[in-house]
Amino acid sequence: MLPGSPLSSAVVDMRGVCTRFGSAVVHDGVDLRVDAGEVFALVGGSGSGKSTLLREIILLQQPVAGSIRVFGQEVVGLTDEQALPLRRRWGVMFERGALFSALTVAENVGMVLAEHTDLPPHLIREVSAVKIALTGLPADAGAKYPSELSGGMRKRASLARALALDPELLFLDEPTAGLDPLSASGIDELVRNLRDGLGLTIMMVTHDLDLLWRAADRVAVLGQGRIVGVGTMPELSHSDDALVRQYFHGPRGRAALEQAWKPR
Amino acid sequence: MPLDSGAELIVASPSGPAASELRCHGNWSVHTIAALERALLQLRWPEAGDMVVDGSGIEVLDTSGAWLLHRTVAQRAARGGTVRLQGFRAEFAALLQLLAARGLPLEAPLARLPPWLERVGRQAWSGVTGLWDYLAFVGESALALLSTLRHPRRLRWRPILHNVQIAGVDALPITGLLSFLMGLVIAYQGADQLQRFGANIFVVDLVALAMLRELSPLLTAIIIAGRSGSAYTAQIGTMKVTEEIDALRTIGVGAQDLLVIPKVIALVIVMPLLTVYTDVTGVLGGMVMAKLKLGVGFDAFVDRLDDAIQLSSYWTGLAKAPVFALIVALVGCHRGFQVGGSADSVGAQTTVSVVQSIFLVIVTDALFSVVFLWLDL
Repeated sequence: MLPGSPLSSAVVDMRGVCTRFGSAVVHDGVDLRVDAGEVFALVGGSGSGKSTLLREIILLQQPVAGSIRVFGQEVVGLTDEQALPLRRRWGVMFERGALFSALTVAENVGMVLAEHTDLPPHLIREVSAVKIALTGLPADAGAKYPSELSGGMRKRASLARALALDPELLFLDEPTAGLDPLSASGIDELVRNLRDGLGLTIMMVTHDLDLLWRAADRVAVLGQGRIVGVGTMPELSHSDDALVRQYFHGPRGRAALEQAWKPR
Repeated sequence: MPLDSGAELIVASPSGPAASELRCHGNWSVHTIAALERALLQLRWPEAGDMVVDGSGIEVLDTSGAWLLHRTVAQRAARGGTVRLQGFRAEFAALLQLLAARGLPLEAPLARLPPWLERVGRQAWSGVTGLWDYLAFVGESALALLSTLRHPRRLRWRPILHNVQIAGVDALPITGLLSFLMGLVIAYQGADQLQRFGANIFVVDLVALAMLRELSPLLTAIIIAGRSGSAYTAQIGTMKVTEEIDALRTIGVGAQDLLVIPKVIALVIVMPLLTVYTDVTGVLGGMVMAKLKLGVGFDAFVDRLDDAIQLSSYWTGLAKAPVFALIVALVGCHRGFQVGGSADSVGAQTTVSVVQSIFLVIVTDALFSVVFLWLDL
């Protein structure tokens, strides 16, 4: 067991997290727990603070109150220096990719490796190529600049960079937003493959009901500043909570549900 | 964590039926593969023959470690003979399977730098096309300006006034201060020479002519190029990166109309005004130094000013200002449109914008001097 690991299998454990922007209350006591090896999804309407919660876990933002433990270590109030060992253990894929536009895709991945390991240049190139291939990008994508890629390819490239150091925990912010259905279903598959093949814990923020049905083990619904429901998709789709029902039983929710029960 | 990672090779005798065996153990991860690769290279590999890779000793295997193992296996297999994996934990075997299924090339392609001659050629060609682009841009802007002038109601006053505020009013302190100091310095430098001839009063001619004819328009143009020209490039360049320019086009608003014309008009209005202002502050600076160093009083200075400068000196200085304004605004905007998709490119084009506009301003200033000499002004 790695140093700092808790006895429980919780990878992310949030207790009573509160966030305010000025007078606007975004989170009012959020409790959440992500277990090792699961694909956990966070959903909620626009402006419900999903991405803010994610940013708080990955130390880009501080909550006003509450505790967030990642790999058993408290991250609220951590300095950059203290956070570095933690940051190496997780990877983040941003909603719009956030690739470094001055570097090629391979250089984007290789830069992380060069920064945190002592690999010689040829191994950096090879390992970068492996990560790029793992995300399903063609081999020639490595030499391209982010501005030359399509939206879906950019997301995959961003994922390749997030995987550079073989993180134990992967955060995906809207992995399918802005993708055509075909690319989006490719992402569904990718998420599952990554979890099964690399043994990752994945936490994602998404709106995509299809992705939830196909890839998520557990889902938490964020509404009115709190978690209003947690469970597997079949459990949530039978929930009595008004907000949860509203979310999963809109016209699109029903279509995704029917789709999910169809034999494939 | 066991860090005693490595592999040892048991070479079977060539005559025997058994295969050679590679026993891997320890931690095969991104942090150890550099050392592992060196260790693998030092092993005495048999020429050919079947081989067994035993992974029962591997405790940690990540994608990087799996890649090294996969590559080693594939390279052996390419030499002939079968390679069999055994003893791997289920999840490690799955990971190796995943890599094998991707069919990765064993050598990562090295980014190829084009040969020297090709780079020189490309550089030269980009210079030529750059000039061509610039001319095209000036032409487009002129057309856009003409059509706005023909329909004055299409003129966007709000952005023009905004730009007047930003490029003009907000620039008053810095331009005023710098030209004041410039006047001070010129008077100071001249003081010694003039005193030697007892020609103290001619400090007025020195300062007034230098400021009005040359320094004040030049100084203003250079400050504005650094202040506003760079801002134009950065603004338009960032809008290009975030596709706002494309959005404008789809809405049916010409980028020229909204972004270029107001800036050009605003600078053409502002630059002459700033030049007059720096004329005044520059002469004031000279006046202060004349009093301190040469004992020329303010009254005497102002009296002499009347004789020292003709109206033509004032106008020749002022005439340059709108031309400089055109150069700074057009180069700044043009460079903004040249930005291509990356943050680096915004920085590079902003640099080029400032360097080019200052260069062009000084060259134009020299041309003006030649023309004024001909015209005997």
